[in-house]
Amino acid sequence: MAPALAWLTALMVIPCALILALGFFRRGVYGGIEYTFTLENFALLLDPLYAGIFLTSARIAGTATLIAVVIGYAAAYAIAAAPRHRQPLLLFLAVLPFWSNYLIRTYAWIVLLNREGLITQALRMMGYEGEPPSLLYTEGAVITGLVYNYLPFVILACYAPLARLNPELAEASRDLGASAFTTFRRVVLPMTLHGVAAGAVFVFVLSIGNFITPALLGGGRFQMIGNLVYAQFLTANDWPFGAALSMALIAIMMGLLTLQAMAADRGAGQRREGADG
Amino acid sequence: MNSSATTLLSIDGVTKRFGRVTAVDRLSLDIRENEFFALLGASGSGKTTLLRMLAGFETPEEGAIRLDGADIARVPPNRRPVNLMFQSYALFPHMTVAGNIAYGLEMERLPRAEIAARVDEIMAITELSPMAGRKPDQLSGGQRQRVALARALVKRPRLLLLDEPLGALDKKLRAAMQLELKRLQHEVGITFIVVTHDQEEALVMADRIAILKDGRLLQVGTPHEVYEAPASRYAADFIGVMNFIEEAGRTLAIRPERIRLFPDAADRTTEGRVTARAYHGLDLMLHVATPLSPRPLVVRLTAEAADRRPVAEGDTVTLGWTQADTRTFTE
Repeated sequence: MAPALAWLTALMVIPCALILALGFFRRGVYGGIEYTFTLENFALLLDPLYAGIFLTSARIAGTATLIAVVIGYAAAYAIAAAPRHRQPLLLFLAVLPFWSNYLIRTYAWIVLLNREGLITQALRMMGYEGEPPSLLYTEGAVITGLVYNYLPFVILACYAPLARLNPELAEASRDLGASAFTTFRRVVLPMTLHGVAAGAVFVFVLSIGNFITPALLGGGRFQMIGNLVYAQFLTANDWPFGAALSMALIAIMMGLLTLQAMAADRGAGQRREGADG
Repeated sequence: MNSSATTLLSIDGVTKRFGRVTAVDRLSLDIRENEFFALLGASGSGKTTLLRMLAGFETPEEGAIRLDGADIARVPPNRRPVNLMFQSYALFPHMTVAGNIAYGLEMERLPRAEIAARVDEIMAITELSPMAGRKPDQLSGGQRQRVALARALVKRPRLLLLDEPLGALDKKLRAAMQLELKRLQHEVGITFIVVTHDQEEALVMADRIAILKDGRLLQVGTPHEVYEAPASRYAADFIGVMNFIEEAGRTLAIRPERIRLFPDAADRTTEGRVTARAYHGLDLMLHVATPLSPRPLVVRLTAEAADRRPVAEGDTVTLGWTQADTRTFTE
């Protein structure tokens, strides 16, 4: 316990406290930091320009989360329904992309979505002769990149409760007169919702703070908070405002993770029963 | 159960295979209206597969399953007037007791008031009313079993299937529930088919018993018939305790309670030495080594008979029986 605590303090609590403290100082005239107390960095967060970026980020992250949850749940369901001896292989394939670097995976999408990329070439081969579709540097490209990168988290989070679900519960529902769809809606989904919630919070939290994917696939046109933070620290040289932005972002993430943890805690009793059968 | 009662369910030449394994093999069986019927067999006898075919979770390769004359072999489980009480109970853990019981009626899209009335009624019958708001994990094993039963009964099925209904209960509760199940069946007037591997349970509860082995039907009859007149050596061995004496290419079978100690008159007598003595309260079991069989004969005496003529381990005794009390098998 103690080493973990020391580790957390040194690598998480102290850096975060430093960033938080930074947010209350003024930016120096030539960059740098002027050590006088101010709240104007946090006040600036409410400026429509920056608040708008928060909303855009939330919209993009929310859309990515929704798509990832739908695809991920379906994939997890299919894996859990496969013969038991084949499930480890399927899970392995689902997380295989994690074995390559995040940047490389994102660059791969550039190769695919490029105006002269694989998708355009494939269309040409099928006889398409018009203008190449503009796929890259769109909001759709950013969402695609986020969904692709975080999908395995959703699959893993949803697979665990689906695999543990006693199959006799679904049979009992059918036996009592429910259709396959009603069985899913009233028995399977409610009993695995905590996995969905865990996966969704994960995707959302990672997406809203992401800056690589919007930078590479959005072409800088769709600035998300992550890009803004990056710019404050590395190009605008306004560390205090960058710190305030980071804190706002961390607050959103912490809030969501806390909500999810509370929900998971409340559902734990039910799941124990589900496992006992 | 009188034999002129109408047939409710007719299983006709049903076969079910899993890959190379034939789980149920050309099995035919008629079950009557309002009957309490037991499917008895060891594990692997096909009894559970047969039950799952009746519920609609498995489809037979061959044969027909007729309920009230209509073949339901290919009707999905949610479209047949048959309900199954699962061995694991399969209660929905995220719903209350009342929610679990109401579920099947909600699927029938009955009016809310009618659902509430029927749920209340069945909870009263099964003594679950005080637990209506509890979740399954707040119930004892016996209470969960009653919820599973109530959830199936409230649908008023033509046929209720029960898969090892008492298997998860402890011994004392099981004995009480055997009679309770019988009482409930009378009260609701629904045909019950119980799957069990426990021959004593089948004898106590059922109007008729079918003994299954390797996917085939060995014998069907009342508890009295299968106990007193087993059709084969396997059936004789499976139900109750049986002594077997091999001689002249045939097997003589006799129940422990039919062997008399120091008989006044008998068709056949033998001397033996008491090797073990076990007192069960109501009766006394003796193991008596005789020249007739390599294993000692089991003799069951009533407490009264044991008091009249006490025997101890090591005593030499005379055993005897009448021909009418034995069965002969020539397999």
